[in-house]
Amino acid sequence: MTRRRSGGARDAGAVPYLFLAPAMVLFTLFMAVPIVYTAYLSLRRTKVSGLGLGKNSRTEIFVGLDNYSAAITDGELWAGWLRVLGYGLLVLAVMLGLALLFALLLDSAHVRLARFSRIAVFLPYAVPGVAASLLWGFLYLPSLSPIRQVLDIDLLGTGAVTFSMANVAVWGGVGFNMLVLYTNLRAVPRTYYEAARIDGAGEIQIALRIKIPIMMPAIILTTVFSIIATIQVFTEPTTLRPLTNTISSTWSPLMKVYRDAFVTGDLYSAAATSIVIAAISLVLSFGFLRVVRNRAFGEG
Amino acid sequence: MATTTLAGAGPRARARRPYGIAPTAILLLGALYCLLPVSWVLIAATKSKAELFSTSTFTPGTGLLSNISDLADYRGGVFWLWMLNTLLYAGGGALLSTAVSAVSGYALAKYSFRGRNLIFNLLIGGILVPAVVLAVPQYLLFSKIGLADTYWSVLLPQILHPYSIYLARIYATAAIPDALLEAGRIDGAGHLLLLRRVALPLMLPGMVTIFLFQFVAIWNNFLLPFIMLGDDQKFPLTVGLYTLLAAGANQPSLYNLILTGTLISIIPLIALFLTMQRYWRTDLAGGAVKS
Repeated sequence: MTRRRSGGARDAGAVPYLFLAPAMVLFTLFMAVPIVYTAYLSLRRTKVSGLGLGKNSRTEIFVGLDNYSAAITDGELWAGWLRVLGYGLLVLAVMLGLALLFALLLDSAHVRLARFSRIAVFLPYAVPGVAASLLWGFLYLPSLSPIRQVLDIDLLGTGAVTFSMANVAVWGGVGFNMLVLYTNLRAVPRTYYEAARIDGAGEIQIALRIKIPIMMPAIILTTVFSIIATIQVFTEPTTLRPLTNTISSTWSPLMKVYRDAFVTGDLYSAAATSIVIAAISLVLSFGFLRVVRNRAFGEG
Repeated sequence: MATTTLAGAGPRARARRPYGIAPTAILLLGALYCLLPVSWVLIAATKSKAELFSTSTFTPGTGLLSNISDLADYRGGVFWLWMLNTLLYAGGGALLSTAVSAVSGYALAKYSFRGRNLIFNLLIGGILVPAVVLAVPQYLLFSKIGLADTYWSVLLPQILHPYSIYLARIYATAAIPDALLEAGRIDGAGHLLLLRRVALPLMLPGMVTIFLFQFVAIWNNFLLPFIMLGDDQKFPLTVGLYTLLAAGANQPSLYNLILTGTLISIIPLIALFLTMQRYWRTDLAGGAVKS
């Protein structure tokens, strides 16, 4: 009871609230209101009465969950989900796998030119997604590609386009995730490994038995963030689209939201679909956290 | 035991390299993979229209200056405007974002008050909200008040950044000793003075890191400006490059323009990244930036 609270601000009164006011105002205007507005729109639809001419012929009505059932039964959207699922699993596995491998190698002390490699692998983080898609897009083009001079595959064809797109995302994301994991590893006292070494553990055993378990919270964090980002894939397919006709305007669910909202002008479907995307990413993130936590407790 | 540990303290000192050059080779392959597109565009941008399709991939060309002047002439120099716009969005947005995050993080770390956890959880919950749920309604709301397709529509929604607030709170907790605040208070310093003279200076290295990450995030953002803006005079580079590609994908004569534009658009961030290396940290819990 007598222990002073952090900062010891006993008579702060309204001060902390004033300090937090800018953030709360921004939160209300640019997060809470848009979310509520999307939910509201997703339950409504335009009703056209008469010939649809005249001033009052178009009215907005409440339609309950109609837009959601339309979104759930929409074959095109399902196809989009399947494409993103395949793409997402590929990106998550390869990107996080490489990030983990590189972080462990950088930390292992058996590596020369570690600083150079670390900077080079992190460099794509400084390249915007649009520019990355553009660069790889041109590298995939038959007329320019040095890759095509070696490999005779249409990298933007139906079969390969998912892999080509995943490659752009992996290239752009591996460095950042590597840095998160590597930073995490550097914070571990070296004496942990000394003890294991004295007990006769090799580097690979140390990596598997000590380093990976220690990094688990960071691995989980990067995985959850990557899942959220991958579900919303938009920039890569949108930017690669002008270069090939194998990517449709509804390739990913988010592209369909964009098309519904701004090309066909169906805001209500767009709102319902974005809520579905948000729900799926929340369920996946929490589901992933839960599975990981259960396994962690199950082993202990 | 202490002496043995000390003797082997440097990681290099006990490097026995039992796996030969394999680890180094794997990492260098990764580095090569990451450098390939950047080094390719560096060379491709130097080629003239004819050289781009005729000379071998990694032979530098002679057309860099004419490519740059073509790009400068494109639609009355709109490319440089995109560059300035991007600088404005990223610089202004990151500055405001850092200020809001630092003050919020400080309040959350160093004051105890009713509703602290609720406010923190609300703000942090934003990390999990996908951008799409926000961008489309933000556009609709902005157009209702006549602000869609303005600089504000791109700048304002990017100021609040939940993860930065989280980092700022962690950093403030670690970097500002309670005793220092207490001493200031005893000397009669007010809350604003303590914030300005004690808290913010101590949080500065952490704020630089938050600024850099937010600067890159806004610089690289495509979805929000793509949705908000229709007027190409207000485009950032990402949207501008996209329209350049959409216009030129079927015209190989425009490829030089697109490639040169891409190269120029990635130079500033790469420069920022290489010069500010010690601030690129993903973990601020340590309290101070190691140099």
